Amino acid sequence: MFTETEIGKQKRWIENGMRVFFLVMTSLMIIPLLLIIGYLLYKALPVLSFEFLFTNPKDNMRAGGLWAPFLGTIYLVVVSLLVSAPIGVFAAVYLNEYARENWFTRITNLAVVNLAGVPSIVHALFGVGAFVLFAGLGESILAASLTLAIMTLPVIIASTTEALKAVPMSFREACWNLGATRWQTIRRIVIPNSISGILTGVILQVSRAAGETAPIMFTGAVFYKAIAEGNLFAYNITEQCMALSLHLFTISTQVPDVTEGIPYGTAIVLVGSVLLVNAAAIVLRVYLRTRKKW
Amino acid sequence: MQTDSQNGSQNTPVIEITDLKVRYGDSPALNGISFDVHQNEILGIIGPAQSGKTTLLKVINRTLEFTPDTTVEGTVKLDGVDIDTIGDVYGLRQRIGMVLPLPVGLPLSIYDNVAFAPRTMGIRAKSELNEIVERCLQQAALWDEVKDRLNSLGTKLSGGQQQRLTIARALSHQPEILCLDEFSIAVDPVTTMRIEEVLKTLQAEMTILLVTNLVQQAKRLANRTAFFLNGDLIEIDTTDVIFSENPANQATYDYVNGTFG
Repeated sequence: MFTETEIGKQKRWIENGMRVFFLVMTSLMIIPLLLIIGYLLYKALPVLSFEFLFTNPKDNMRAGGLWAPFLGTIYLVVVSLLVSAPIGVFAAVYLNEYARENWFTRITNLAVVNLAGVPSIVHALFGVGAFVLFAGLGESILAASLTLAIMTLPVIIASTTEALKAVPMSFREACWNLGATRWQTIRRIVIPNSISGILTGVILQVSRAAGETAPIMFTGAVFYKAIAEGNLFAYNITEQCMALSLHLFTISTQVPDVTEGIPYGTAIVLVGSVLLVNAAAIVLRVYLRTRKKW
Repeated sequence: MQTDSQNGSQNTPVIEITDLKVRYGDSPALNGISFDVHQNEILGIIGPAQSGKTTLLKVINRTLEFTPDTTVEGTVKLDGVDIDTIGDVYGLRQRIGMVLPLPVGLPLSIYDNVAFAPRTMGIRAKSELNEIVERCLQQAALWDEVKDRLNSLGTKLSGGQQQRLTIARALSHQPEILCLDEFSIAVDPVTTMRIEEVLKTLQAEMTILLVTNLVQQAKRLANRTAFFLNGDLIEIDTTDVIFSENPANQATYDYVNGTFG
């Protein structure tokens, strides 16, 4: 008969113990997130409505809705990604597919890594110096978006590089052996097979751009500005705008007697839109992965 | 008596290699080798790992340029022209078909795998592409197995089928020279025999460089065989001589008889 040895029993105990340990750690990660969302929802429930999203704040921001900051955040995110996504993706393609290992690429890669680690307040000061003052854009959506773009650029380069590296080298070698140029290889093989990873990386930067306060508060975001309700083109990118993150900061700390649920509602809208965009990224990735070709 | 004359060729050199030296950084891969490859021969290239066989193939189609920090000295001439002076490196690569050890189905349909190279050359006409795809798959002895599913993914084929797909792809740009680098390493023996039959047929149309770890494969197929060792060309002669009781070099005898080292 098979009898369990001492070492076998020990292995089984340790295996079960480790499984529980890792499960607990995973739960520790999920629980705060659920608590935060649950608490915010509970507190925000009285103010949450269709109108809350589509009317401007009123009574010196003590009441009313979120239209101006909500639309402002969308403007900031969209304009910044319009700048950083193409530059970041194409720069990553160059670094990964064309560049040879030399001092230039080494310095560039070093710059990318370090730029990703720069605190956002430093990006903010750079934005003030470079875009608001030097480039003469003034405090505007454009200046704030460019500052956000500078902040998201290194991360987009890094995530795109990861996606490109996931395409096996043997595919490229096979193409080169067939007499294909690098560009033909990139266009027909590399990009079609890394596009899901590239897009996911870009979309995940939406949440960073939407959540940051420091880079925009000196470069283009304003405490209060009333805009036409229901008009998607209510902002001009050469002017300032409100933003959800700054609005949340303002009504939580600077404005007395704000209606009880409004800060929580603002937080829920901010977190909710970010989660929605992230969910879209996940759906896209799952969809493209089912079409994975090797 | 020469195997070459049996195959009706006149020893016309297609590739002339003169004093070829290659280094990866500081470590030498080829130490000054010289030999010719003749028109329509199958040249077997044998030798243990690290003897420079793969490097040689990469020099010939200039894909060694993708490996950083390599130094190449000496000349390689293709049809009398120094390949370093050829401006159109993509055209050069398309004159040489390359089959690597591990089968690589590109993540495209079977059809698109074979049509890839013709398309890079600007061939767009559907009828012309159809013709090329069918011809190459026929030549690689894969047509009958895949003709009903040309739109399914090349990467989903079995290893042996993928290797024949790789050969079909290498033939799609109508090369003058076909280089095979240990093509049978990931292929079952039956498929290997089928591919060997294919190579014998292809010999009428092109010159074949067959790098192989299976000395018996060289014996079966090659008109001449070259023995490489640690970056040196030890000996090149007709296959009959290399596999005879008295090749010029003792190391050759030891290697082909498995008593090496």
